[in-house]
Amino acid sequence: MAQVLREVEESPTAQAVERVSVGALASVGRKVSDMLEYAGGLTMLMWETVKTIFRLRIRFAETLNQCYLLGYQSLIIVLLTSLFTGMVFSLESAVQAVQYGFGSFVGGIVSYTVVRELGPMLSAVVVAGRACAAIAAELGSMEVTEQIEALKSLGLAPVRFLVVPRLLALMIMLPLLTVFADVIGVYGGQWIAHAQAHIGTEDFMASARQTVGFEDVVKGLFKALVFAVIIVMIGSYQGLTTKGGAAGVGKSATSAVVTCIILIFILNFVMSYFLYAGA
Amino acid sequence: MAEPIARLDDVSVRFGERVVLQNCSLEVPEGAITCIIGLSGAGKSTILRLLDGLLLPNSGHVYLRENDICHMRESQLIEMRTKIGFAFQFAALFDSMTVGDNVSLPLREHTTLSEKEIYAIVMHTLESVGLSHTYDNMPSELSGGMLKRAGFARAVVTNPELVLYDEPTTGVDPIVTHLLTDTIKRLRKQLNATAVVISHDLQSIYMMADYVAMLFEGAIIANGTVDEVRKSTNPIVQQFLQGSEVGPIPL
Ligand SMILES: Nc1ncnc2c1ncn2[C@@H]1O[C@H](COP(=O)(O)OP(=O)(O)O)[C@@H](O)[C@H]1O
Ligand SMILES: [Mg+2]
Repeated sequence: MAQVLREVEESPTAQAVERVSVGALASVGRKVSDMLEYAGGLTMLMWETVKTIFRLRIRFAETLNQCYLLGYQSLIIVLLTSLFTGMVFSLESAVQAVQYGFGSFVGGIVSYTVVRELGPMLSAVVVAGRACAAIAAELGSMEVTEQIEALKSLGLAPVRFLVVPRLLALMIMLPLLTVFADVIGVYGGQWIAHAQAHIGTEDFMASARQTVGFEDVVKGLFKALVFAVIIVMIGSYQGLTTKGGAAGVGKSATSAVVTCIILIFILNFVMSYFLYAGA
Repeated sequence: MAEPIARLDDVSVRFGERVVLQNCSLEVPEGAITCIIGLSGAGKSTILRLLDGLLLPNSGHVYLRENDICHMRESQLIEMRTKIGFAFQFAALFDSMTVGDNVSLPLREHTTLSEKEIYAIVMHTLESVGLSHTYDNMPSELSGGMLKRAGFARAVVTNPELVLYDEPTTGVDPIVTHLLTDTIKRLRKQLNATAVVISHDLQSIYMMADYVAMLFEGAIIANGTVDEVRKSTNPIVQQFLQGSEVGPIPL
């Protein structure tokens, strides 16, 4: 923008001023209309998906298959990220907390943050990197090789065939993964608190139990459910709207992951605001 | 000309600024093979997509028998598409499924036949395109010509009334071209169906076509039996049929 303004100031004639500002306006306009088109297309896709689910037109075998591909295959990486994040969080907080005399709160602090924020977020971001990219790339390559058209020409709806099984699978699997992430994150934290700051296991867990309620866990899982929807819908939409051959498939996968991760961060804040701060 | 099974009536199609079809009309006579010829990018595939209801025109009408495709609900479109087979240019087999599963898919999804009955039909269809030995192969294990024939099998397995072939002979060697052309002719007879074939290959057109339509700059400029079109005095048609560089077609 600054550059545009500078260019406008420096241009010698009124005509040039007009050309530059019109050009800038046009490009802003195009960006806005692209975004509106994206949002509109995404909404339509979600509407189709919801209709298909409520008509119970679900392919169970494929859904199970996707549970395995999108969920189970992300388990190790979710466990690892969550374990080390719980550990590093504890490392940063436990020693200091003991120094300042509130070591007995460390269990609460670590588990509170893991269950409400880190567990759902980290699982979602990690799964976004794997599953969202995979969905966008798979559907994208089906689109550019006319397999999506082929489905339609056989009287089969891509939404029922491809989107719904992936959506249901991840809506089951991401909350499950989040539970695992919560548990292992807290245990990792507890382990480091014990090893580095000599906080007793009992003290840590007592503090954790006191601070984190069942409600917090449920709210965290609700976040996971929303993230699952985001991951599958963004991946599917990008995939189904892919253009331009193999290069287009790569672009779709990349921009699906980027869009998805940004949305996860924004929505995480919005949900935290309404679920926790608002209450 | 026989009664049309399908027709485009004054159809226009645009993609953004680009006008692909402009007031284009075409009749597809029932029980015959109609070949559509035209330059690359002229909109031939677009015509096939219109006929299958995969694309709606910006204006004009597309009729299958007397039903206007543009006014169909989604459920009617699906019902209609089960009566039309579409063989895609690069076969578009689902690469996560075996050839057998690809061909079985429409039967599994749209009929209540048992697995055993489906297997029998699929095997019979694969045999008629000479591919019964590939039932358990993945599409990636097939050659280009075999892929195209597997695509034919999937397109015709439901006994459609109308089969659309998008460039079935493009990109294969002359022997396979002959084989594919022969297969198209034979399938049309077996199914007692109508076929629309996009082709650039004049030899195979003369071998199989009952009617030829030439698409140029968004509209059908010549249409009739093979002989009529060959004798056409339109210089564009003549230049195309002779494959000549000199003439009215801008290169
Ligand atoms: N979905 C689409 N979006 C934008 N342009 C398209 C689309 N489909 C086809 N076109 C354009 O329409 C023109 C005709 O395409 P097509 O019908 O595939 O031609 P062909 O005669 O080679 O089969 C091409 O220029 C192509 O770029
Ligand atoms: Mg084409």
